Amino acid sequence: MFETNSVLAKGTDYKATQNACKLCSPLGASVAYKGFEGCVPLIHGSQGCATYIRRYLISHYKEPIDIASSNFTEDSTIFGGDRNFKIAAQNIINQYKPQLIGISTTCLSETIGDDVTLFLHELKGDDFDGNAEFVVASTPSYQGTHIDGFHEAVAAVIRKFAKKGNTGDHINLFPGFISTEDIRLLKEIVAEFGIEASILPDYSESLDNPVWHTYKRIPEGGTTMEEVEKSGSAKASIEFGTVLNLGKLSGRVKNLNLTKTGAQYLEKEMDVPLVRLPMPIGITQTDRFFEELGKLTGKKTPEKYTKQRGRLVDAYVDAHKYVFGKKAVVYGEEDFVVGMCSFLDEIGIEVALAASGGESGLLEGEILKHCPENGDKITVREGYDFESIREWCLANKPDILVGHSKGYYIARELGIPIVRVGFPIHDRVGGQRIKHLGYSGTQELFDKIVNALIEYKQDSSPVGYKYM
Amino acid sequence: MNQFLKDRETQIVTKGKHSAEIACEKKSLAGSVSQRACVFCGSRVVLYPIADALHVIHGPVGCASYTWDIRGALSSGPQLHRLSFTTDLKERDVVFGGEKKLYHALCELIDKHQPKAAFVFSTCIIGVIGDDVEAVCRQVTREKGIDVIPVMSEGFNGTKKDGYKIACGALSKLVGTDDSYKPSKYSINILGDFNLAGELWILAEYYKKLGVELVSCMTGDGRVEQIRRAHKATLNVVQCSGSMVHLAKEMKEKYGIPFMKVSYFGIEDMSDALYEVARFFKDEEMMQNARELVREEISQLLPALQPYRQKLEGKKAAIYVGGAFKAISLVKALRLLGMKTVVVGSQTGNADDYKLLKELCDDGTIIVDDSNPNELSEFVKLTGANLFIGGVKERPIAHKLGLGFCDHNHERKEALAGYVGMMNFAKEVYASVTSPVWKFIK
Repeated sequence: MFETNSVLAKGTDYKATQNACKLCSPLGASVAYKGFEGCVPLIHGSQGCATYIRRYLISHYKEPIDIASSNFTEDSTIFGGDRNFKIAAQNIINQYKPQLIGISTTCLSETIGDDVTLFLHELKGDDFDGNAEFVVASTPSYQGTHIDGFHEAVAAVIRKFAKKGNTGDHINLFPGFISTEDIRLLKEIVAEFGIEASILPDYSESLDNPVWHTYKRIPEGGTTMEEVEKSGSAKASIEFGTVLNLGKLSGRVKNLNLTKTGAQYLEKEMDVPLVRLPMPIGITQTDRFFEELGKLTGKKTPEKYTKQRGRLVDAYVDAHKYVFGKKAVVYGEEDFVVGMCSFLDEIGIEVALAASGGESGLLEGEILKHCPENGDKITVREGYDFESIREWCLANKPDILVGHSKGYYIARELGIPIVRVGFPIHDRVGGQRIKHLGYSGTQELFDKIVNALIEYKQDSSPVGYKYM
Repeated sequence: MNQFLKDRETQIVTKGKHSAEIACEKKSLAGSVSQRACVFCGSRVVLYPIADALHVIHGPVGCASYTWDIRGALSSGPQLHRLSFTTDLKERDVVFGGEKKLYHALCELIDKHQPKAAFVFSTCIIGVIGDDVEAVCRQVTREKGIDVIPVMSEGFNGTKKDGYKIACGALSKLVGTDDSYKPSKYSINILGDFNLAGELWILAEYYKKLGVELVSCMTGDGRVEQIRRAHKATLNVVQCSGSMVHLAKEMKEKYGIPFMKVSYFGIEDMSDALYEVARFFKDEEMMQNARELVREEISQLLPALQPYRQKLEGKKAAIYVGGAFKAISLVKALRLLGMKTVVVGSQTGNADDYKLLKELCDDGTIIVDDSNPNELSEFVKLTGANLFIGGVKERPIAHKLGLGFCDHNHERKEALAGYVGMMNFAKEVYASVTSPVWKFIK
């Protein structure tokens, strides 16, 4: 019965995924949508998708995260989800009065062939009450990972609202999936350079709000629609990440050859020049970011940052022996892994394993390109799960893990330190605010890594050293 | 309260104001941002704590990722339940079918982990592409010699409650498959305790003191072998009736085992749970043991609770939890601490549950079925609640509004059942309500 036209017809090296190192696309899309002002995400599928994703995100951000669902029933699965979609849209408008409803499709709605764009056309014709814009990202969970969903949603918003115009003095900054504190840091940097920059998307407020007195149905913050419109007339776009959603998208039957990222769309359709950089983690990559800002503004790096850089170099020098030659395992989203490996490489830590659940086909090349010291020694693994990472660690005995909190049990089993950074951080407070970008973010990360290694040495030493 | 969705109005009543019965057991309204999950979630949470079984999620990656080790269900032995296994379907599998992947996944995982049984959860997409999961399970059962049980829990196929029923169906395939066991005549199964933070171990100790044998627990700290012989027990004691009553009813029909519904939260309900069992067995010695146990526990607990009660007297609480039975116990437990319940609701309560809640609560209490963040935040503001009791999704609503929060859901790491649980609960409520941080919320 299984010898049909199956992927495993050749009966080969299939392995079950055990403790996945990735999440599904609608999650990433939902995070991205939260970065646009007045936006309520709507997941077109079963109730569980929205609830699980909310629950997962709430545990990281510790914020209310309202994500609506079109609540598929058996009927919608058989006859199509249009009716539920329309009820959902109307109810969201009645409850939230959003400016924008950000729709993500699911494996279910995609497979039954729901045409959400068509539903939207029909919606306008019905006795539909209320004003809201809609945007649709195609995010079936069997394609790519949450990062693909994230970039699909950003691109969907840009494609819908960006307007071509006379080139202004402002720039677009596409930061990718980073922490709320990192977004605030980037805003500070561009402000110090005296350039107006739209962060696309900016969830630094909406996913990290102060305490409220009354419940805000839609939290404040997010990139404004005006900023999105203006993105088409920007002087340039800077985009962090070199893998993005540009890879082959795991499991996709054929490449649909869409314009993939928002910044890429702006370049192609609206002539906004695109500068694509790896995430600015570490001095090398942060220098590149500052150089680009210098070129775009004609200004020198503000003294504040040359001093931050100087202090970071000083710290590198002070602590180089504690880290040199140490073997690290890095895991997470592919662009995060590339940026992190580049940083570890420049301080003399040998990345032994760089792993991701993503399967872009680009990871190895990017790592080689950005890790000049030890890049050729790195074992790079795409489509890896935590069981494979665990087995690799047991066999290869690394000194430290660098990545999100889901690797904790491996560190615990091996008795080695883990430095938590990235998404998600479910076992610590402040996970949403962990910095890793720029000179100051790198400084914090560097100190954490060095201290984790020192602490490990202290703890495993029979002598209670209290002086280094 | 006119900002709420019109279609939901019948699911919200205020005691003393509305005489009509609350509408419940409905499907969640599209776009309402319900706090509920799906059928898959219902099945997954019930079967999750069976620690020596393999739980494989057949579908794309999300469903498995989001349920990886998220619950506080502890095991005294194997930890297999805490891992997350999936066939991680890709687009080509969706097109060409995922049966073969499932077959290979099961074979690989069974060889590697040597589980006592395997549960295969079908997710939304499987229902659409029509993989014959049952056939794959039959084949692997034959080849590997362990029960591989399909759990047809496509997310769209009803509500979370329907998932409970499907899980019970899966369990009933194991129950009754081992006839060799001879338990004592005073033997029970505990149904619907999930051993969160080791709660089952507390209960097991109590029942041991009564002289009652525990044949199996479904599903906290669950073992396949125990479930196989569960039909040999004399009585089923059901705690979370929402999830497990289907199985209890089936076992009554099939094996003639009577069942009773109990709760282990709060002094009153915990004591009743012990007395009821003793009463069932009509054994005076057991009743005496129960009385002694209760007396001993309460004589220590009540004075210890007193200082907390003094500080909490007159404070108001809002409750929104998964199962309504839990809410009923919570109202009583809060009363013991001098607190008043002003909002109470659940994701899956039935008409009887809500009737009981209505009887139990004071006038003015808002009772709600299948609520959402907008309503809940409005209710706590309207009633001036000082404390919110709920799960992970309710926590940020409370905290954002400057309200103490107590986690009474499946993620918790503190045992709240039994007498020691009541003490933990008092401490947690006290810490949540009286923390000095609230002075900054002005």
